[in-house]
Amino acid sequence: MTEPLLQVRDLHTHFFTRAGEVKAVNGVSFSVDRGRVLGLVGESGSGKSVTGYSILGLIDPPGRIVSGSIRFEGRELVGLDPDELRALRGRRIAMVFQDATATLNPVLTVGRQMTLAIRAHERASDRAARDLALDVLKKVGIPDPASRLNTYPHELSGGMRQRVAIAVALLHRPALIVADEPTTALDVSVQAQIIFEMRDLVRSLGTAMIWITHDLATVSSLADDVLVMYAGRMVEAGPTRVTLRAPRHPYTAGLLASVPSRNPKGVDLPQIPGSTPSLLRLPPGCPFQPRCPRATPVCREDPPRVVDSGREALCHHPLPPASQAAA
Amino acid sequence: MSDPHLVIDRVSKRFDPRVTLGDRIAARLGARVELRGVQAVRDVSLAIAPGETLGLVGESGCGKSTLGRMAAGIMAPTSGTVRLEGRPVMSPGGTKLTTRVQTVFQDPFASLNPRMSVGEILAEGPVAHGLTTRENARDYVAGWLDRVGLDRSYVGRFPHQFSGGQRQRIAIARALAMQPDVLVCDEPVASLDVSIQAQIINLFLKLRRELGLTYLFISHDLGVVRHISDRVAIMYLGRIVEIGTADALYADPRHPYTQALLASVPRLMTEDAVGAEFAPIAGEIPSPLAPPPGCPFHTRCPAAGPRCVAEMPDLVPTGAQRVACHLYTGGVELAA
Amino acid sequence: MTPTDTTLTSQDPVTLPAPEAAPAPVPPPVSPLRAFWAEYRESWIAVIALAVVVLVVLAALLAPWITPQDPYDIANLSLMDARRPPGYVGAEGYTHWLGTDANGRDLLSAILYGLRISLQMGLVAGLVALSVGTTLGLVAAHSGGRIETAIMRIVDLQLSFPAILLALVLVAMLGQGKGQLIAALVAAQYAYFARTAYGAAAAERRKDYVEAAHSVPLSARRIVFRHILPNIMPPLIVVATVQIANSIALEATLSFLGLGLPVTEPSLGMLISNGFQYMMSGRYWISIYPGIALIILIVAINLVGDQIRDQLNPRLKR
Repeated sequence: MTEPLLQVRDLHTHFFTRAGEVKAVNGVSFSVDRGRVLGLVGESGSGKSVTGYSILGLIDPPGRIVSGSIRFEGRELVGLDPDELRALRGRRIAMVFQDATATLNPVLTVGRQMTLAIRAHERASDRAARDLALDVLKKVGIPDPASRLNTYPHELSGGMRQRVAIAVALLHRPALIVADEPTTALDVSVQAQIIFEMRDLVRSLGTAMIWITHDLATVSSLADDVLVMYAGRMVEAGPTRVTLRAPRHPYTAGLLASVPSRNPKGVDLPQIPGSTPSLLRLPPGCPFQPRCPRATPVCREDPPRVVDSGREALCHHPLPPASQAAA
Repeated sequence: MSDPHLVIDRVSKRFDPRVTLGDRIAARLGARVELRGVQAVRDVSLAIAPGETLGLVGESGCGKSTLGRMAAGIMAPTSGTVRLEGRPVMSPGGTKLTTRVQTVFQDPFASLNPRMSVGEILAEGPVAHGLTTRENARDYVAGWLDRVGLDRSYVGRFPHQFSGGQRQRIAIARALAMQPDVLVCDEPVASLDVSIQAQIINLFLKLRRELGLTYLFISHDLGVVRHISDRVAIMYLGRIVEIGTADALYADPRHPYTQALLASVPRLMTEDAVGAEFAPIAGEIPSPLAPPPGCPFHTRCPAAGPRCVAEMPDLVPTGAQRVACHLYTGGVELAA
Repeated sequence: MTPTDTTLTSQDPVTLPAPEAAPAPVPPPVSPLRAFWAEYRESWIAVIALAVVVLVVLAALLAPWITPQDPYDIANLSLMDARRPPGYVGAEGYTHWLGTDANGRDLLSAILYGLRISLQMGLVAGLVALSVGTTLGLVAAHSGGRIETAIMRIVDLQLSFPAILLALVLVAMLGQGKGQLIAALVAAQYAYFARTAYGAAAAERRKDYVEAAHSVPLSARRIVFRHILPNIMPPLIVVATVQIANSIALEATLSFLGLGLPVTEPSLGMLISNGFQYMMSGRYWISIYPGIALIILIVAINLVGDQIRDQLNPRLKR
């Protein structure tokens, strides 16, 4: 068996703040293969973005990867020299952020910054750089790419800016794209377009992608696999279809059940009580235990892995495999 | 519907940039200075019956928040009036005249004054308007905290000590403490965590049952709006393009924009349909600075014809709803 | 599996019979002042600066009790002791650690008395400028239109030429005296507060909590003073620390030029000025020591101000 493109094992990323040690990522494991999309789902504070930043080596003090392994193309990234990481970033691993205005330089034209991005990692003539830029702009669905090269970021709409950011990420044909809530700030219709195009792109280019989001609907229409995080821990992971159709972890089930469109109009929604815990004061054992309807005293111990049909859940009292949860 | 409660009567809002002497000189010298105004809301009329929930849906920049602010009496319309039971909500000078329309904002981290305690936040308005006295304020506030599901002991705490969901409950309690008839809710769950959204939606449902509130519920989330609304209005570039009962509108959308919007939303697909196609709308929303002539949607509409470029369609009864589209008023071709 | 499990496997696990609100995970109230100090303590430079400011203020306050001599009581002065170098033991039998001036005053005592006056001028002028400037800024931000334009144009105009020039002209016009000097200092400085208050209030005015207050509706006066003012205090406090230091420097400059306080109120600036003529004859201490005292005070206040600014600026927060 060949090694997957990216394999993360038992990742722990902690932040050492004034108020105490924040275990932002607390034992997360997953792998992503070429041409596959992994949806990393969680609420605010679940550690989904920090997981993405850990892969890119973008954790700054007071944060630090405390333990675990991130293997990418057969290389260990944890503990890798910062210069080597930088060489990898942008070329083999690219990132797309929620706010494209923050990634694009406001005083450079689109064409100019794409040329700079190309030359950061390879030598290219003006002509070759321009052709490459035009090519990726076309790929991400930007109409009339030649004229866009001479525009400044602020002259583009939000959707176009995000497309340009994705195009910049694609310049070096990276093996992996980490996208952190890339469509959250966009309008529904534009969001749909970008998800639609990304799905085709990943398939045709064979790029792997980690799509970080809080939106289960986006994941269900885009991702092959899904990993649900809660309070820094993974609670459930597996093929999207299996996992979302019949979730086994009560948290995943609760999230799915509370979606308005899956309930009769006007009735009270099944809700998860309480609010997400502070990462500074996590309960022992399963982090979801204080809000969980199935919790018992045993939940104060670390939950076991429950595996079926390629999906795993970390839970003492998982829902039955063929649960009626989706009904 | 019986006697309408809140009436939005031919309301428009135009934002004109403040053009300073410097801007004029710069424009004269050839700099690109924006001297045009933005027509955020164009001639919108709505009526909401007592106890009814009207959902207002649209994408960013469509004017839904501006319309909500005018309905709530926070912003004065450029033309047209908003009336509650026949009386204007705002004076021509821009002073709010009623306390019976209150607002819940999107971001509970921004909508609560960080330097005031929960008790002060809730009691300030009611005391200022004589709904309670300074001496009874504590009990009065405690009652409203009960109502939104918060502990009475929170009165002395400050907003930063609460989570997003709890803050939104405080913001709702602040609005309720003014004993309103109408609540304008501007994206009240959009910035909350997924697991908290259901809690707040349930709270809105409960309050409607218990207090008989009327809601103007603004959201971009079609699922949330369908769940809570009796009727739904769809806005595009400052105009209502379709309005009707939630059931009819979702089951049988008539306006091409509504159809496209409903089709483009990624749905939570847990059946075999995972990865099934959804159809994005082509193109982008035109800039409100330079809205297209005629029907605002014609630049993206698959059914558009020459008449759509030339003429603005009116809202006319079509099926169970009212729709502003030439398809239902004689076709998209120009009359000879 | 424990036996308790069987009793709990509900068949309909997603219909959560939830209480309306959770037992709240509200953090215990930590005094914001204490948290502020905990963070402040992390910069040792700022702590030293604060200690210096406190020491200087205390020394100035207690000057009549801790100085060996009341330098302005003529009866205490002896011309025999004039212009003596540091460490000289005078006729009264105590050591003049920083030497004496042309009139035989103990310089250490004169400096402490001078600090009293300098600090007093700086504080009073700074605080008056704070109130005047903040009020103008708030009025401009709230009323908008012509009033806004009128106030802010005057403020901008004033900010565009040096404060010292304005203060000089005003002192020349108003004449000498404490009140006149404070008026001149306030006139030279209020514009900074007005600009800051205006900018912060204009940003604050657009925030949702202000819209929420309009939605109630609350009166304009209430919104400005109960909602906007408390939220623009942090930048104003930072400007205030810097401006108090500036007031002290400005006052010293005016006094050095002989346009400041009357001779009966000798501030640090006047001490420096008095010793200036002896600089070339090697009697450096008469000017240098008051100058050092002035520099230490101003630098310390500025360092404290810098630290407060860093802590109040969320963008520099970790």
